[in-house]
Amino acid sequence: MKKETWKELTIGTINLEAGNSVSNLTGTWRSGRKPEFIEKNCIQCFFCWLYCPHFAIRVEGGKVTGFKYNYCTGCGLCAEECPTKEKSIVMVKEEIKLTEGRKK
Amino acid sequence: MSTLKILNGNQTIAEAARQIDPDVIAAYPITPSTAIVETIAQFRADGQISGEFVCPESEHSAMSVCIGAAAAGGRVMTATSSQGLALMWEMLYIAAGLRLPIVAAIANRSLSAPINIHGDHSDTMGARDAGWIQIYSENCQEAYDNFVQAFRIAEHLDVRTPVLVGLDGFIISHSSEVVQIEDEGEVKKFIGEYKPLYPLLDTSRKLTVGSIDFTDYYFEHKRNQIEGIENSPRVIEEIGKEFGKKFGRPYSFFEEYRMEDAELCIVVMSSAAGTGKDAVDELRSQGKKIGLLKPRVFRPFPHERIAEALKKMKAVAVLDRSSSPGAFGAPLFTEIRSALYDSSQRPKVVNYVYGLGGRDIKVEHFKEVAANLEKIAATGKVDEMRGYLNLRE
Repeated sequence: MKKETWKELTIGTINLEAGNSVSNLTGTWRSGRKPEFIEKNCIQCFFCWLYCPHFAIRVEGGKVTGFKYNYCTGCGLCAEECPTKEKSIVMVKEEIKLTEGRKK
Repeated sequence: MSTLKILNGNQTIAEAARQIDPDVIAAYPITPSTAIVETIAQFRADGQISGEFVCPESEHSAMSVCIGAAAAGGRVMTATSSQGLALMWEMLYIAAGLRLPIVAAIANRSLSAPINIHGDHSDTMGARDAGWIQIYSENCQEAYDNFVQAFRIAEHLDVRTPVLVGLDGFIISHSSEVVQIEDEGEVKKFIGEYKPLYPLLDTSRKLTVGSIDFTDYYFEHKRNQIEGIENSPRVIEEIGKEFGKKFGRPYSFFEEYRMEDAELCIVVMSSAAGTGKDAVDELRSQGKKIGLLKPRVFRPFPHERIAEALKKMKAVAVLDRSSSPGAFGAPLFTEIRSALYDSSQRPKVVNYVYGLGGRDIKVEHFKEVAANLEKIAATGKVDEMRGYLNLRE
């Protein structure tokens, strides 16, 4: 994507494409661990959805079904906040695949 | 109809604010600007202004409210001083970066330590790189005139940059003078209606203000910001002339006092310039060819014009009411000496720091400076490039 020169930018850092952070794949920040969903333990309390700083909890048909790994930074907040006795989210090791870089 | 009123500097700013009646005024009281906030609060309580008056828990919050209100699309002002301006620091840069035309009246005052409530320019000089336009006032009348013009300058479409107007703490903020207050309708007409460019309250358009920039955009946005203040000299000049035509008191970047055939010059800003003019009158009556130059606009710094005005002098003394510890010289001095570097002719330029913490500067001190300038002009030699006035050595 061609980047604007300073003269082409809108005054005062105004961004006229509100919501364009969706193109910023924060999942590329993940380094070494990722959350894993254990569906049988989940009580659908939505704590993980509430606490996730990157809106990376996948919700389908009104239910938590896993993660949007393109945006998950692997911070572990969801696993920490998960209240079920047997955790419904655990952090697991992840091998970093260099080919999964930012989409051009 | 314009009227003559006896007002101190704070009341003068409050009176201008009442006439302009911005949409939002957010301020936290601090000596010596407290009375600006107090008087405005009284106007609000008495129903004399219709804008919102917000008194949050600190100056940092006050400037934050100003930024939010200005981003929402309002005409916004604040007033503060000293530590209050220092506490606004972080938000000053954000106001400038977002190109929000906020206007601030600053009763110039020293910074701690030691604690001191009196006047000097340490506060605004500390904020000189924050991206705000800075205009300084010699007396209450200039504070009024500058404050009115500040809205026009800040809101001009080529500028859209916040402006601060300095008035010396206590010396101007608390001294009563006769001030010509212009007709309210005429002031309102001069200011005109404010049209925000991208108001957040306009919900028909989706936009983000102040989102994160990484290495790929920050630099371009900063350059885009700088353009606003770079465009401002032409606007400041036009508005100063227009103000003169309308109200009879024209303004430019600086005032030259008895400079016609001067060989020596004292450069000094704000209230001390009044004392300096008295000293120049006395010295002129003794046949000495001395003049005074009083910068009004410090940011943007009118370097070419000042160099042009000073280049033919034999010796120039720049008086600074703030210090810049460890620097080559105090702020005004370094600007002026640097401005003269490309001139075909260059006078000797020396620096005096004066009046820190409200220390008096009298006619005798200006004479002391003049005597040194005479010596420098006669010998071509500078003993000390930097000195202090009225300090116990």
